[in-house]
Amino acid sequence: MASTVTDAADDAAPSPVTPRRRKHRVGRLTRGEKIVVLVMLAIPVIVDLAFVWGPALASVFLSFFKWSGIGGLALRHCRAPGGLLPDNGCFIGGDNYTQAATNYPPFWPAVEHNVIWLVVFIVFATPLGMLFAVVIDRGIKGSRIYQSALFLPVMLSLALIGIMWEFVYSPNYGLINTLTGHNTNGNLVDWLGDPHLNLWAVLVEATWRQAGYVMVLYLAGLKAADPLLREAATVDGANAWQTFWRVIFPTLKPINIVILVVTVIESLRAFDLVYITNRGSNGLEMLSVLVTNNIVGETSRIGFGSALGVVLLVISLVPISIFLYQNFKRKAER
Amino acid sequence: MTAAAVSERVRPARASGTGRARVGRILSYVLMIGATVLWITPIVFTLYVSLRPYSETSKLGYVSLPRSLTFDNYRQAWTQSDMLHFFLNSVAITVPAVILTLFFASLVAFVVAKVNIKINVALLIVFTAGNLLPQQVIITPLYRLYLLIPVPGFLSESGLLYNSIIGLVAINVAFQLGFCVFVLSNFMRTVPDEMYEAAVVDGASLWTRYWRLTMPLCRPALAALATLLTTWIYNDFFWAITLIETGSRRPVTSALANLQGQFVSNQNLIAAAAMMVAIPTLVVYVLLQRQFISGLTLGSTKG
Amino acid sequence: MAQSPTGPGPHLSRRGLLRGAAFGAGALAVPGLLAACGGGNSSSSGTTKSGGSGTNISFGSNYSDPAPKSAFAGLINDAKAATGVTTKINTTDHNTFQNNITSYLQGTPDDLATWFAGFRLQYFAAQGLLSPIDDVWDKIGKNFNDAAKSLSKGADGHYYLVPLYNYPWVVHYNKSTFAQKGYEVPTTWDSFIALAKKMKKDGLTPLAFADKDLWPALGTFDILNMRINGFDYHMKLMQNKGAAYTDKEITAVFDHWRELMPYLQSGANGRIWQDAAKTLEAKQAGMMFQGTNQVAAQYATDKKDVKDLDFFAYPEINSAYGQDYMDAPADGFIMPKKAKNTKGAKKVLEYIGTPEAETSYLKGDSWDVGLATGLVAPTYNDIQKKSATMIAKQKAVAQFGDRDTDPAMATALEHAIQDFIGNPTASNVQSLQKSLAKQAKSIFG
Repeated sequence: MASTVTDAADDAAPSPVTPRRRKHRVGRLTRGEKIVVLVMLAIPVIVDLAFVWGPALASVFLSFFKWSGIGGLALRHCRAPGGLLPDNGCFIGGDNYTQAATNYPPFWPAVEHNVIWLVVFIVFATPLGMLFAVVIDRGIKGSRIYQSALFLPVMLSLALIGIMWEFVYSPNYGLINTLTGHNTNGNLVDWLGDPHLNLWAVLVEATWRQAGYVMVLYLAGLKAADPLLREAATVDGANAWQTFWRVIFPTLKPINIVILVVTVIESLRAFDLVYITNRGSNGLEMLSVLVTNNIVGETSRIGFGSALGVVLLVISLVPISIFLYQNFKRKAER
Repeated sequence: MTAAAVSERVRPARASGTGRARVGRILSYVLMIGATVLWITPIVFTLYVSLRPYSETSKLGYVSLPRSLTFDNYRQAWTQSDMLHFFLNSVAITVPAVILTLFFASLVAFVVAKVNIKINVALLIVFTAGNLLPQQVIITPLYRLYLLIPVPGFLSESGLLYNSIIGLVAINVAFQLGFCVFVLSNFMRTVPDEMYEAAVVDGASLWTRYWRLTMPLCRPALAALATLLTTWIYNDFFWAITLIETGSRRPVTSALANLQGQFVSNQNLIAAAAMMVAIPTLVVYVLLQRQFISGLTLGSTKG
Repeated sequence: MAQSPTGPGPHLSRRGLLRGAAFGAGALAVPGLLAACGGGNSSSSGTTKSGGSGTNISFGSNYSDPAPKSAFAGLINDAKAATGVTTKINTTDHNTFQNNITSYLQGTPDDLATWFAGFRLQYFAAQGLLSPIDDVWDKIGKNFNDAAKSLSKGADGHYYLVPLYNYPWVVHYNKSTFAQKGYEVPTTWDSFIALAKKMKKDGLTPLAFADKDLWPALGTFDILNMRINGFDYHMKLMQNKGAAYTDKEITAVFDHWRELMPYLQSGANGRIWQDAAKTLEAKQAGMMFQGTNQVAAQYATDKKDVKDLDFFAYPEINSAYGQDYMDAPADGFIMPKKAKNTKGAKKVLEYIGTPEAETSYLKGDSWDVGLATGLVAPTYNDIQKKSATMIAKQKAVAQFGDRDTDPAMATALEHAIQDFIGNPTASNVQSLQKSLAKQAKSIFG
C-alpha cells in the first residue's frame, strides 16, 4: 500500500516541477471562442447557482418568514393569533431566530453536541489518524494490511455504519454488553438510548470512520515530503519524534489546513449517524437534524427550519473562508 | 473501544524518542494490530449476525457459538424487500450522476485553468465553496424548489423534480461539481502551457484543446474522481431521504432505513440487508482502493 | 363514542377563507416570490382529472409490519374483486410515513392513503391538502354511527376520511402470569401501584415500557391526564384553549407518573415498543400499557399465544371521572387533493366503507375493531370482542396525543416526555412545564 500512495501522488502531478506561469496563457479569445466558453460554462454554472447557491440565499430570505410550506408566501406582517390554524406565509422578522435561541429546547443541546463533535474530531480522531499514518509511513511490516483495514470504514456509508454498530451496542444481545456482562435486565448499559452515553457511543462510530480518512490524507502528505529532509534531520542527530515535529510536520501545513476544514465541515454536517440511530433526539440532537426535522417532519416549519439552516450557514462560512483564503493566497503567490 | 488505542498512543513515540527503537517498534505493532482488530470487528460481527438464524440469536444473543450458519436471512431480506429494485434505483442515479458531474466539472475546470477570462478565480471560488456547504443549509429552499419544477412524465413518474430519480441525479451533480472542479482545475494547471501554445499554432480550436488534448491527459484524475463519486453518490443518504418520498423510488442506501422499520422484529434480516448494501462499496474497496485514495488525496495535496 | 376535538367555534371566517383557498383551484392569488408553491397544490387536481377512467389506482400505505401488511393486502384484493379497480400498494414504514406526511401530501401522493381520524385529519383538511369525499359518504353514511361520522369530518363539516377500525389503549397482561401468581386486575390507582410493587418483588418488570419512537409514552400522558383531569380538560390542553402546560393539573399528571416510574421498565428512551412487547411475551414483564393494535399485533407477528393475552382499562384515579375515557384512535383512508384517478379511488373508498369490507380486512387482523355500526366480524377473538364492548362503554374517547394536537406541539410534548423519562424529578417537571407552555404559545400563536 505504501507504494500506492506514492503512485497516486505521481498520478496527480505528472511533472511536479512544471513551471507554472499563470500569465502565460494561450492568447486572446476570438469571438467564436468566447461563445464556446460561454456554452461550456453555461450548464454547470446554472446548475450550481440554481441548486446550491440559490437555495443557500433563499434560506436567508425564508428565515424571516413564518410558513408551514402550505399555501403561498406574502410580504406582509403576520396577523395576531387565533383560529384553527395560526397565520401562515407571512413576514415575522427575526422572530424565528429569537424562538430558536430562547424557546426551542433542542437548540442549545444541538449546538453543544456539534461543538463536542468538533472537539472530539480535533483532539482525538485527527491525532489518531495522524498516528496511524506516521506509524504506517515508517514502513513497519504488514503496513499494507493495517492501512486497508483502517481505511475500510471510509468506504461505507454513514447510514450503514450506524446500522452495523447497533449490533455492537445492542443492550441485550450486543457485543459490548455481552463481553462485559452487562446484558441482563438488571444491569443493562443502554449505549444508544441513554442520553448521557449515546453521543459518545455515536462519536466512537464517527471516529472509527474519520480516523481512517485522516490517515489517508496524511499518508499522502508524508509520501510527498522530501525524503532528503528526513535524512538531513537524522544526520543532524534528531530522533524520530523530533524529526517528525520539527521537520516533517511543518511541511504538512497545506494538509493540516485541508484536514482542519474537512473536520469542521464534517462536524457541521454530522447527520446520518444520529438520524439512523434515533432521528437525532434524546441526547443526539444536532443542528443538521433540527433543520431536517422542521422541514420534512410532520411538523413543517419552513421559516424556522431555514433560520436554523442559516445558523449552520454562518458557522460554516468560517472554515470555508479559511480554506479559500489559504488556497487562493498560495495560488496568488506563485 | 478505542481506549486501548489511546493508552498506547503516546508511548511508542516517546520510547523511540529515548532511543529505544526496538520497544517503539514493538509498540507500533501492538498499536497497529490492535487497531486493525478493533476496526474490522463491527463489520465482521454484523456479518456473523447476518449468517445466524433469528430463532438462535434471540435465545442465545449475538455473542454465542453458532449451531448453524445459513444464508436464509439473505434470501429472505432479498425477496421480502425487493432489494434488486432498490439496487437498480441506485444504479439509475449513480451512473448518470457520475458521468454528468465529471463532464460538467471538466468543462469548468478547463476554462478556469486554461482559458484567460477575468472571472476565473471567482468561478473557482463559487464552485469550491458551494461544495463545502453543509447539505442542510440548502435543503429547505431546495425542497420547495423541487416541488415547483415540472419534469416531463417520461423522465419522472411524479411529474416533478421532487420524488424523482432525475431530481436526485441533479442535486448530486450540483453538489459534487465543486469538488471535481477544484481537483480537475488543479490537475489541468500542471499541464505545461507550451503544449497549448503548440496546439494553437497547429490551429486547434478551443474545443479541440479541451476534448482532444486536455481530457486524455486527465484520465488518471478522472478515473480517481469517478471511483470517489460513485462511492459517495451510492452512499448518499440525506438527499434521498429528503427529496424522495415514495419508498419504492429510493436508492438502496436510504431504503435500508425503511427496511429497518419493516424488519424491526428480526434484526438478523437487517444485518443481512446491511451486508448486501455494503457489497458494491466493498467491491470498489477491493478492486479500486488505489483510485479511491488518489481521488481523496488529489483534493488535498495539490493546489 | 368520540367527540370531535374541535367543536364549532369562532373561527368560521378564517375557515371559510381556507376553504376558499382550497377550492379556488389555483386562483389563490397570493403575491410573493414563492406563491406558486402552494398555489400549485390546489390547482393540479382542483380543475383537472376529476375522472380518469383508468381502473388503476395507487395506495400509499403505512401498514408496514408483516401482520397488518398482509391483512391490508387481503382487503385490497377483495376490493378489486368488488370494484374492478386494480390497486398498487406503496408501503412505507409506519413512522417514516407519518413523518413525511406533509411533504407527501404536497408532493406526489398516491390516489389514496392511510391516515388517522381526529384533529390530525382536520389539520391537513383545513390546509387544502385533502379532497372532500362527501359523495362517498352519501353512499356509506348508513353504515356508521354519529361518532364515527364526526371523526371523519374536517372542521369545515365535509367528510375527508373513511374509517376502517379503531383500537383501545389499555393495560395488557398475560392471563397465565396472573393466574400463576394470583394477581388480580386492579381498578384503582392504589391497587395498581400495590400490584406493581408485588410484581417487582416477584422479580418481574411490572410495566414494560418503551419510548424510542417518541410517541408511545404519549399514551401514558394522555391516560393519566384523562383519569385525573377528565376528557374536557385533556382536549382543552391539546387545543390550547383554556388550559396550559403550567397548570397544576399537569403537575398532578407528572406527579402520578413519577410515582409509577420505579415500576416502569428502565431505559425506555432507547427501546422500541416492539422490544417492550417482547418482554411481555416472554413473561419477563407483568403488564404493558399500549394500544391493542401494537401489543396484540406483535403477539401475532411473533406467533405467540394471543389467547393468553388479556387487558384491562387503566385504573381509576379520580372518582369524578372513573374509567370513563380512553385513547381509542381510529385509522382510515384519505384521498389527497392531488390524487390522479379520483373516480377509481372513490370506488375503492365506497367499498371500504362497508361492513363486508371491514369483515374482509378483519380476517387478517386479530387485534382491531371494525367501525361499522353493530359489526361483529365472525373472526373476532376475545381481544376484539372485549375491545368493542369496552370502547362502546366509554363516555368519550380521545384519538391520541399526537393526533389531537398541532403536529409541532405534539413533537414538543414528545421530546419533553423523553426528557422527563430520563430525569423524572419534580424540578425537571417544573422546568419542562414552563418550556412546554412557552412553546405552546409560540406554536399556537
